[in-house]
Amino acid sequence: METYQLNVNGQRKQVKVDPSTPLLWVLREELKMTGTKYGCGISACGACTVHVDGIATRSCVVPVSLIGDRPIVTIEAIAADPVGRAVQDAWVDKDVVQCGYCQSGQIMSAVALLKATPRPTDTNIEESMGGNLCRCATYVRIREAIKSASQQLK
Amino acid sequence: MLSNCRSFIRTLPIIPVAAVIWIALTASAAIEVRESRKPNADTNLDNGLAAWQKVYSVLTSPRCINCHTATNYPQQADDRHRHFANVIRGPEGKGVPGLNCISCHQSANADSTGVPGGNNWHLAPLSMRWQDANDRPLSSAVVCRAVTNRSKNNNLGGPALLKHHEEEPLVLWAWNPGRRPDGSMRTLPPLSHAEFVAATRTWVEAGTPCPPAK
Repeated sequence: METYQLNVNGQRKQVKVDPSTPLLWVLREELKMTGTKYGCGISACGACTVHVDGIATRSCVVPVSLIGDRPIVTIEAIAADPVGRAVQDAWVDKDVVQCGYCQSGQIMSAVALLKATPRPTDTNIEESMGGNLCRCATYVRIREAIKSASQQLK
Repeated sequence: MLSNCRSFIRTLPIIPVAAVIWIALTASAAIEVRESRKPNADTNLDNGLAAWQKVYSVLTSPRCINCHTATNYPQQADDRHRHFANVIRGPEGKGVPGLNCISCHQSANADSTGVPGGNNWHLAPLSMRWQDANDRPLSSAVVCRAVTNRSKNNNLGGPALLKHHEEEPLVLWAWNPGRRPDGSMRTLPPLSHAEFVAATRTWVEAGTPCPPAK
């Protein structure tokens, strides 16, 4: 076991865990932040996406020992960011969610996309969101919501 | 005067003999020089080309060539299949926003989850592709010409190529590739890193020769 000081959503959090523990399980089990979901455990579905130093990161495959001082932002705090707020509002407005399980990861990836590419094309959206799977097939509404958020952010 | 003429006449038979000996000696020396130089030059070239083949065997091993694709995606594993999860190259070879290489590949191998990692994980630029569009490795001659083309290789000359092979973190990663998700060790390149560097040095010292294009 090792002790780590993590910067999560702007707050210092201390955890004592095995160094090999994936960040996902530190968030969910140690910090009780269950908004980030476990989907596949092999970075294939994107449900576990958080931001690490601004990069959309698959928390299920990143050991906590490799995080260091980099700031972590999870779905719980994404609304504090203007882009995050716009994306969440668009998600509600377009009624994107069906079962909802993958949606925190979808939103985190969408925010990363819009921060880097404020006016994404369909191709941009397909490429950036291509690693986020949705069993309910909400892809069309996800695309609409990303474009709507982009318009709101003009 | 007469005695001088007699003396000259007495030495006459010696002159052709000496000339023959001199010609024979100089000719044999010339042949020797020619023979000693040409084989050395050929040997140097042969050694350089043989060393390049060793270098090529490493460059086209999965640990290296999987990120030297000609397509818009990286490959993975020893069968060099397309990277899963719809990962794509992106404009700078680092993926795209939301799905960057470093979304999963951190600064070091993550053996607990089976994800390889190293500093600044990314795809090689298309100018350094070592495969064709159908994911078949390019020939030794073609790869050699790409690797030595300074307009394609980030302006690296021979010594810089050697340094790249000796020190570049992502090159070194190939000999420390970590564990697969099932816990087994990833396959290493066919040479040790020391052998790879030695082969590169021999190739560079021979003037980075390339096999003839077919």
